[in-house]
Amino acid sequence: MSFEPKIVGFLCNWCSYTGADLAGTSRIQYPPNINIIRVMCSARVEPDFVLRALAGGADGVLICGCHPGDCHYSEGNYKAMRRYPLLKTLLKEYGVDNDRVRLEWVSASEGQRFADIVTDMTERVRALGPLRLKTDLQTDRVER
Amino acid sequence: MATNKLQVAIYWGAACGGCDVAVLDTNEFILDLAAAADIRFWPIAVDGKYSDVEAMADGELDLALFNGAVRNSENEHVAKLLRKKSKVLVALGSCAHMGGIPGLANLATKEEILLTAYLANPSVEPGNQTIPQARTAIDGMTLEIPYFFKRVFRLADVVDVDYFLPGCPPAPVQIRNVLLAVVKGELPPRGSVVGASDRALCDDCPRTKSEKKLKAFHRPYEIVQDPTRCLLEQGILCMGPATRSGCGVRCPNSNQGCRGCYGPLPGVTDQGAKFLSALASIIDSKDPKEIDEILAGLPDFIGLAYRFGLPASTLQRSYR
Repeated sequence: MSFEPKIVGFLCNWCSYTGADLAGTSRIQYPPNINIIRVMCSARVEPDFVLRALAGGADGVLICGCHPGDCHYSEGNYKAMRRYPLLKTLLKEYGVDNDRVRLEWVSASEGQRFADIVTDMTERVRALGPLRLKTDLQTDRVER
Repeated sequence: MATNKLQVAIYWGAACGGCDVAVLDTNEFILDLAAAADIRFWPIAVDGKYSDVEAMADGELDLALFNGAVRNSENEHVAKLLRKKSKVLVALGSCAHMGGIPGLANLATKEEILLTAYLANPSVEPGNQTIPQARTAIDGMTLEIPYFFKRVFRLADVVDVDYFLPGCPPAPVQIRNVLLAVVKGELPPRGSVVGASDRALCDDCPRTKSEKKLKAFHRPYEIVQDPTRCLLEQGILCMGPATRSGCGVRCPNSNQGCRGCYGPLPGVTDQGAKFLSALASIIDSKDPKEIDEILAGLPDFIGLAYRFGLPASTLQRSYR
């Protein structure tokens, strides 16, 4: 069976989730590999959410928020913007490829952009192959 | 053994011995302990063999304090043994609680560690080809030594732990309080963290705090420090916002940033990720390029954020 990547998407309620909704209502086609979780703001996405998604079996994580300057809470997406490079540094040290976690800005009117990002990310993660952190963590318990 | 005295064992796994010293640092109290308790097993202080512990009845010990991480089969064996023989098992110190400093070895593989320690280190005798093996055949006999695990584990990864007493090392006054609680039978529900506060270190830190906005990070020697102002506000890395209090604010009171040894706050599993959130949020920039430049001032973020708790973190080890 061919590998289908599992991607968890954290989408902000005000821009990106609505953008994804627009992609749907506009009948734009994009891969079904993304599992969307709606959050109130990209700043709500704690780094531990991303780590837990990866440890729980996800092959990639996509975080989407409003474009800089457009945040519903005025500063939230800047917090996400600052956390992201540090999170990437951390993941690199953990040996997790940086292409597996991605931060993108998607407005409520950018349905096509959302579909393009999901398509691109799915293909990149597919090329990287399965992450298998969940299996590795379980194996650790048995084979010491 | 017919006695009313408390039956106690203290053991070290992958540890430096600092926790044992912290027990001794309870000063005169240790004499009260010796009067109120039989120390049945304590490798650093009293003579004893594993066979002495094996000979005990199950549950014969009232209290076992286990410090150190679980790095090899010997650590695991004694952890399981003490679990069986004790009514109460306490993970003493950061290593037993979260993996501690030895836990940072989870960033390297077993092979890399053995190679560095026995073949590649400059201090190794030139030409040495010997790496210790769990089994060695010599003169028709087989010698066995403990097996080096693939990674470091916390104590709770190999046995059920009743209480966690954090710190590197735990503050002696906290050890004393916990021992007194055991004697009086005033212990909280099993699985609790004891000898620590439920609040962040910042709550107990006497330094003045205001709005935090950082343009750069500094090492303590690079700037002249204001001893009354929050270290983070001065650009000195301090794990205080993501760390449980209870130590007595030892490091910030010594003009050093908190290292995070008391572990995450209640309800948090990943201390480093929480610290990442806190630290990134106070960077004073909205420009991705400038943010990268500011973050370049952190040469070893994983070593900072998970100094005492890599095996207890969400990802637990490197996957390279």
